[in-house]
Amino acid sequence: MPDTTLHLAAALDGLGWHPAAWRLSRADPTAPLSSRWWAALAGEAERAALDLVTLEDSLDLQSTAPDGPDGHTDQLRGRLDALLVAARIAPLTQHIGLVPTTSVTHTEPFHVSTAVATLDHVSGGRAGWRPRVSARRSEARHFGRRNLPALDPAHLDAPETVRLVGDLFTEAGDAVEVVRRLWDSWQDDAEIRDVATGRFVDRDRLHYIDFAGRWFSVKGPSIVPRPPQGQPVVAALAHSAVPYAFAARHADVVFVTPADAGHAAAVVAEVRAVEETVGRTGPPLRILADLLVLLDETPTLARRRRGRLDDLATTDVGSDAAAFTGTPGQLADLIQEWHRAGVDGFRLRPAVLPDDLTAVTRALVPTLRDRGLFRAGYPDGTLRALLGLSRPANRYAAATA
Amino acid sequence: MPKQIILAAHFPGVNNTTVWSDPASGSQIDFASFVHLARTAERGLFDFFFLAEGLRLREQRGRIHDLDVVGRPDTLTVLAALAAVTTHLGLAGTLNATFREPYELARQLATLDHLSGGRAAWNVVTTSDSFTGENFRRGGFMDRSLRYERAAEFVRTARELWESWAADALAGDRDSGRYLTAPDPGAFIHHGDQFDIAGHFTVPRSPQLHPVILQAGDSPDGREFAASSADAIFSRHGTLEAGQEFYRDVKSRLARHGREPDDLKIIPGVTVVLGDTDAEAQEKAHHIRRQQVSPQTAILLLEQLWNRDLSGHDPEGPLPATDPDVSADAISRGRAGMYPDPVATARQWRALAEEKGLGIRDLIIEVTGRQSFIGTPRQVAERMNHFVQADAADGFILVPHLTPGGLDEFVDRVVPLLQERGVFRTRYAGTTLREHLGLGAARPVSAVAAPR
Ligand SMILES: Cc1cc2nc3c(=O)[nH]c(=O)nc-3n(C[C@H](O)[C@H](O)[C@H](O)COP(=O)(O)O)c2cc1C
Repeated sequence: MPDTTLHLAAALDGLGWHPAAWRLSRADPTAPLSSRWWAALAGEAERAALDLVTLEDSLDLQSTAPDGPDGHTDQLRGRLDALLVAARIAPLTQHIGLVPTTSVTHTEPFHVSTAVATLDHVSGGRAGWRPRVSARRSEARHFGRRNLPALDPAHLDAPETVRLVGDLFTEAGDAVEVVRRLWDSWQDDAEIRDVATGRFVDRDRLHYIDFAGRWFSVKGPSIVPRPPQGQPVVAALAHSAVPYAFAARHADVVFVTPADAGHAAAVVAEVRAVEETVGRTGPPLRILADLLVLLDETPTLARRRRGRLDDLATTDVGSDAAAFTGTPGQLADLIQEWHRAGVDGFRLRPAVLPDDLTAVTRALVPTLRDRGLFRAGYPDGTLRALLGLSRPANRYAAATA
Repeated sequence: MPKQIILAAHFPGVNNTTVWSDPASGSQIDFASFVHLARTAERGLFDFFFLAEGLRLREQRGRIHDLDVVGRPDTLTVLAALAAVTTHLGLAGTLNATFREPYELARQLATLDHLSGGRAAWNVVTTSDSFTGENFRRGGFMDRSLRYERAAEFVRTARELWESWAADALAGDRDSGRYLTAPDPGAFIHHGDQFDIAGHFTVPRSPQLHPVILQAGDSPDGREFAASSADAIFSRHGTLEAGQEFYRDVKSRLARHGREPDDLKIIPGVTVVLGDTDAEAQEKAHHIRRQQVSPQTAILLLEQLWNRDLSGHDPEGPLPATDPDVSADAISRGRAGMYPDPVATARQWRALAEEKGLGIRDLIIEVTGRQSFIGTPRQVAERMNHFVQADAADGFILVPHLTPGGLDEFVDRVVPLLQERGVFRTRYAGTTLREHLGLGAARPVSAVAAPR
């Protein structure tokens, strides 16, 4: 099932992804604490018919340090729970996918499953979810349930680190498996309202998931009926082999971070190979390349604005994703090139909000449309349908059929 | 000036109060149903909207209970979405303190408070049974006797987190480049018996500082927890005398915690049936009760007290001659235990059935009834007001029997009469739930007595 449509997502976080974004943004520096801010950004993205917006989150304070706070007073700090922000804007939007991040290391898979299922119910089938591993000790200390060793970013290939990361991703895999089983634990037609027998549900169409793993076990069924999409869209951010395998086993969409077109082709090849290795069934991963973007009318204006931001920042941008500075037309060229290299689409991280988002929606998107690369509007349907993913059969219904 | 009445709307949920077989009964899952009830409540200037919670599908005799409404969306997610379609209505969620962690829940509640402009409330419940625990990492890890200890420390910890950002933490000064006034926002340390956590909270102070805390639970421990830590109690004492006794008891516990009687509101859950005449209302109420308690439901409700399989009993026949089985594991799981002394309750029920000549179903209809206010709109308004002025309650959580239109008639016909009497608001005076409830500013955690 080849999917040739370009997919476009906007990654929303704070006042933008540049550490000095708040200095140049027109918005109130505390705007990310208000629902109006998120509604306006999602509305802007929806008017340009983007596939989805993602909302970043973490179980600790933003920091440039590998673990714990960094003592900076000159950068935006503090944020709201992403899933609740997504729910808050769901009734104010109609078509765009809403993909919050939640940690799966310290949370209860049961709660996460019901929350994302509910996001799907309140949004009419537009929910996605990005499960995230929490490897930082600072996060673990907020829960006090386990001790994690310090992760030294300079020695990621030390054997203890490899084991720890492997365990965290295996546990995350268990969490996603539980969440997905719970979504299926109600068959679509479990609610029967049979007045004649007085039965509201057919208990034979409700299923215990009986998950038992190394870290936890969960009985089921869910308390929430199967969400409209059956399975909301699961997305993973991945930079290397272990998370690629996690994505190939458990996700529908993967966000990757190539440095250039050649690297993009290599990453796509690696992801496809991993899909093979882990024996992925179902449709291939939708591969979206992450790009931090700063756009302006001319290359000079863009570079100048980038320079101003860099001057104002006391730390490096430190971006895991490649940073693009230039005009919307130049970005369209790059997108076209990487698309040819095999990525299915892009998740653009605006350097400054709302400016770099509106440059995407009002200049980049029309350019892509002119080149016949992007949809003119939304077809009817769910986020899965928008991404070219069919509604999965219920694993339990299939088993009992 | 007479006492002002608090009104809240309970979204009909997972229990036999909700009549799903009625043709007017809609979806309990579709967001449109939540929007309808919430907007109706806001049209009626209610204080808040209320959601109950259950974290495992109920079972009886080892099988999923299939006679009542089953299935509900996640509480916090629904409330966040409702914040988008309402402007003043408080948004109260029941959230179990046993199967959540303070850092995560405090963050979600503070987020809801931000996203709703100060309308968040948390009804703290404490189910700790291992049956529910089977859905969680935690499992059934805690003895029942510890659950209020955990709940009290949980609420205290949440308050510490809510206060962890200084009021002036955010400078947001673009010119000087100072986003924060100090380098360590949200720093906290909590060492206690239940929680030993430290670090930094991610959410700056929310509009109410502390979302409103409600408590539901009737034991002496539960009442003491409410007196020390809650802003309001969701009680189930629906008669005037029982209400007054409960009211006196709970309010008398406050002084010990350095609080005034007005600091804790008592809000029982009640049902209302309206008719154009008293007779019509009584007739309607009778019909609703028979829908709520079908013959099959009657047997299941009886089993919950008797703790025995009574499937062989005739629903219209006499009560079992044997006593409840208190030795065995509960036959009914996922439901809060209602009967502290089953054998004594069974004796009362038997006596009542004999005295009135009731079979099982009619007896169950009689003893499980919570139809507190039945009559014409005028009668209901008068009785509700009397109930509040006579200190049997500070207000009510209305539990309609229909989703989602079950409060339409109350809002259209009773609210105006309460307003006429000067006991209910004619417009929202404030914007936050604390303001609606007349609670005043949140009491800093330092002013709350620490747990032993
Ligand atoms: C009016 C009322 C409503 C309640 N609602 C819920 C609920 O929605 N979810 C829940 O898990 N427990 C609920 N409970 C149960 C209580 O939180 C508590 O676990 C139970 O009453 C036993 O505590 P106790 O021994 O202090 O009474 C409710 C209790 C009362 C009195």
